[in-house]
Amino acid sequence: MQGREGLDWPLRPTGSSLQRERLGHDHPGHDHSHHDHSVHTRPPAVHDPAALISARGLALARAGRPILTDIDIDISPREIVTVIGPNGAGKTMLVRALLGLEPLDRGDVRRLERLVIGYAPQRFDIDRAIPLTVARFISLGRRGTRLEIERVLMDVGAGALFDRQLSELSGGELQRVVLARALVRSPNLLVLDEPVRGVDYAGEAELYTLIGRLRTERGFGVLLVSHDLHVVMAQSDRVICLNRHVCCSGVPQSVAQHPEYARLFGPQAARAFGVYLHQHDHRHDLAGEPRPPGAPDRRGNETGS
Amino acid sequence: MPEPFLLRALLFGLGLAVVAAPLGCFVVWRRMAYYGEAIAQAALIGVALGLALSLDLTAAVLIVTLAVSGLLLVLGRQEVVPFDSLLGLIAHAALAGGVIAASLVSGRQPDLMGFLFGDILAITDADLYWIFLGGAAALAALVAIWRPLLSLSVHEDLAAAEGTATERVKLVFVIVLALVVAIAIKIVGALLTIAFLIMPAAAARPLVRTPEAMAVLAGAFGMLAVAAGLLMSVTLDTPAGPSIVLVLAALFAISILPSVLRRRR
Repeated sequence: MQGREGLDWPLRPTGSSLQRERLGHDHPGHDHSHHDHSVHTRPPAVHDPAALISARGLALARAGRPILTDIDIDISPREIVTVIGPNGAGKTMLVRALLGLEPLDRGDVRRLERLVIGYAPQRFDIDRAIPLTVARFISLGRRGTRLEIERVLMDVGAGALFDRQLSELSGGELQRVVLARALVRSPNLLVLDEPVRGVDYAGEAELYTLIGRLRTERGFGVLLVSHDLHVVMAQSDRVICLNRHVCCSGVPQSVAQHPEYARLFGPQAARAFGVYLHQHDHRHDLAGEPRPPGAPDRRGNETGS
Repeated sequence: MPEPFLLRALLFGLGLAVVAAPLGCFVVWRRMAYYGEAIAQAALIGVALGLALSLDLTAAVLIVTLAVSGLLLVLGRQEVVPFDSLLGLIAHAALAGGVIAASLVSGRQPDLMGFLFGDILAITDADLYWIFLGGAAALAALVAIWRPLLSLSVHEDLAAAEGTATERVKLVFVIVLALVVAIAIKIVGALLTIAFLIMPAAAARPLVRTPEAMAVLAGAFGMLAVAAGLLMSVTLDTPAGPSIVLVLAALFAISILPSVLRRRR
C-alpha cells in the first residue's frame, strides 16, 4: 500500500511553489485558455438543472488560506465522478462543502429535490462508549428491514457482521459496514471519501467493481474521492483532477494523458498511465509490492516489460 | 410506616433515576460529563438567586442552568481557549460565585452543605411536582429526539450529511440537560448531580449490547442506588446524597471489574 502510494504521489519539493503559481492564475473569470485542451471545457456558470448536485464558483478558505477556489462541479444521475488529487488538494473539503458540512466563502451548491445521500466519510473512529450492533448502526441511516440489511451486508462482503458490536470491528470491516449503511438508505447519490482505506489490496479493486455494479443495478450517481487513479478508472465515467481548483477533468483516459495531470502527479505517474493505456503492463506494482495471489487482474495481460 | 419526608425523598429519587438514566447515557456517549459539571456547579448561583428573591428554588436554578448553557454555546465559538478549560473556568467561577452569593443571603440561614451535597429533608411537595411533571417532559423530549441524537452521537458528520437537523437536536438535548440538572440539585446537591447522571450509565455500559438496554439498566441501577442509599442514610445516619453516589460507585466497580481483568491478561 505504502509502496504504491509512493509511486502514485511522489513527494515533489516543487509542489508548494507549483500550487502558488496555480492559485495565482486561478482568479474567478480567468478563461484558462492557456491550457485549452478538449478535456478542459469550463462548464457554464449556471447550474445544471438535471444534476443531482451542482456547485458553481465554490470557494472556501480556512485561517486566511484558500482551500478551494472557483470550483464548478456537477454530478448527474447514474454517473460515477471520481475526484483525484494529491494530499492537501482539498478533496475531502470539496466533498464536505458539497454535503453542506462546511460553510462556503463563495459560490453555491444546489441539490436536486428529494436527493437522498448515502455518505461514507473518510475517517470513521468508532466510539466504544456507545453499545451498538452493526445492524443497529446501519438502521440509524434508514430503518431497513432485516432482509435488506442482510442483503446489503452480503453485497459489501460483510455478511457475517450483522450482530457484531461496532466496537469489535477491524478497520476494513468498519469501512464495509459504513458503505452498507450508505447503501441501505437507497441513495440516489452515493458519496464515498477514500472508501478503500483499511481495505486490503485485493479488496480495493473488488470494492470499485461492486460500486460500478450497484450503480448499474440501482442507478445512483456516485461521487468518489480517491488517491489512486489506476484502480478507479475502469469504473469512472468522469475524473476531476483537483489541486485546490479543478486542474483538468474528463473521461479517465483523457485525464491521464492531460499535461496538467503530469504536472500535478509527476511525469512518472503519467508515463505509467501511457503504458497502461497501451496495454503494455509495466508492472506498476514494481514500486515494491508484489501483486497478491488471487487479486483481480486490473491491467489486462501480464507480459513483462 | 416510613416518615413522610423519607417517602418524599424516595419518590423524588426514584423519579429522578428514571429520567437521569437515558440522559446520563447521552452525557457519557457525548463526553459531556464536565459540561454537566459546569452547569451543575453554576446551579448554586441559582439557589442564592432564589433565596434572595424568594423564588421557587428549582425555577431559579433552572434559569441559571439555562443561562450558563447559553453562555457556553457562545463561548464555545471562539477557538483560542480549549473547551474543557472553558468548562473548568465556568464550573469553578460559578462555584465560587455561588458559595459567596449563598453566604451573603444570610436572612434565611442557607444550609450550604445541603446545596452542595443534597438534602432530603428539603424536598417538598412542590419538588415532587417538578420531578414528575418536569421529569416527564424531559423524558418525552428525549424519546422524541432519541434516534437523531443517537445518530449524531455516533458520528455527527454522517448524521448531518444524511439530513439530521443536528444543531436543533443538540439544542433540545442541552435544554433537557439543564432542566434535569436543576431538578436533581435538591437531592444530590450541586457537586454530586453529575455523578447521579453518569454513574448509572457507566455502570450499565459493560453489561449491554444496545443503547436502549444501557438506558434501561442505568435506570434500574439508579433506582437501586436511591433505595439503598436512603436506607443507608437512615440506618447509619449518613448524608443521603453522598450515600446514593457511593452505592452507584460500588455498582460501577462490580460492573467494570470483568472488563478490567480481561484487559490485564
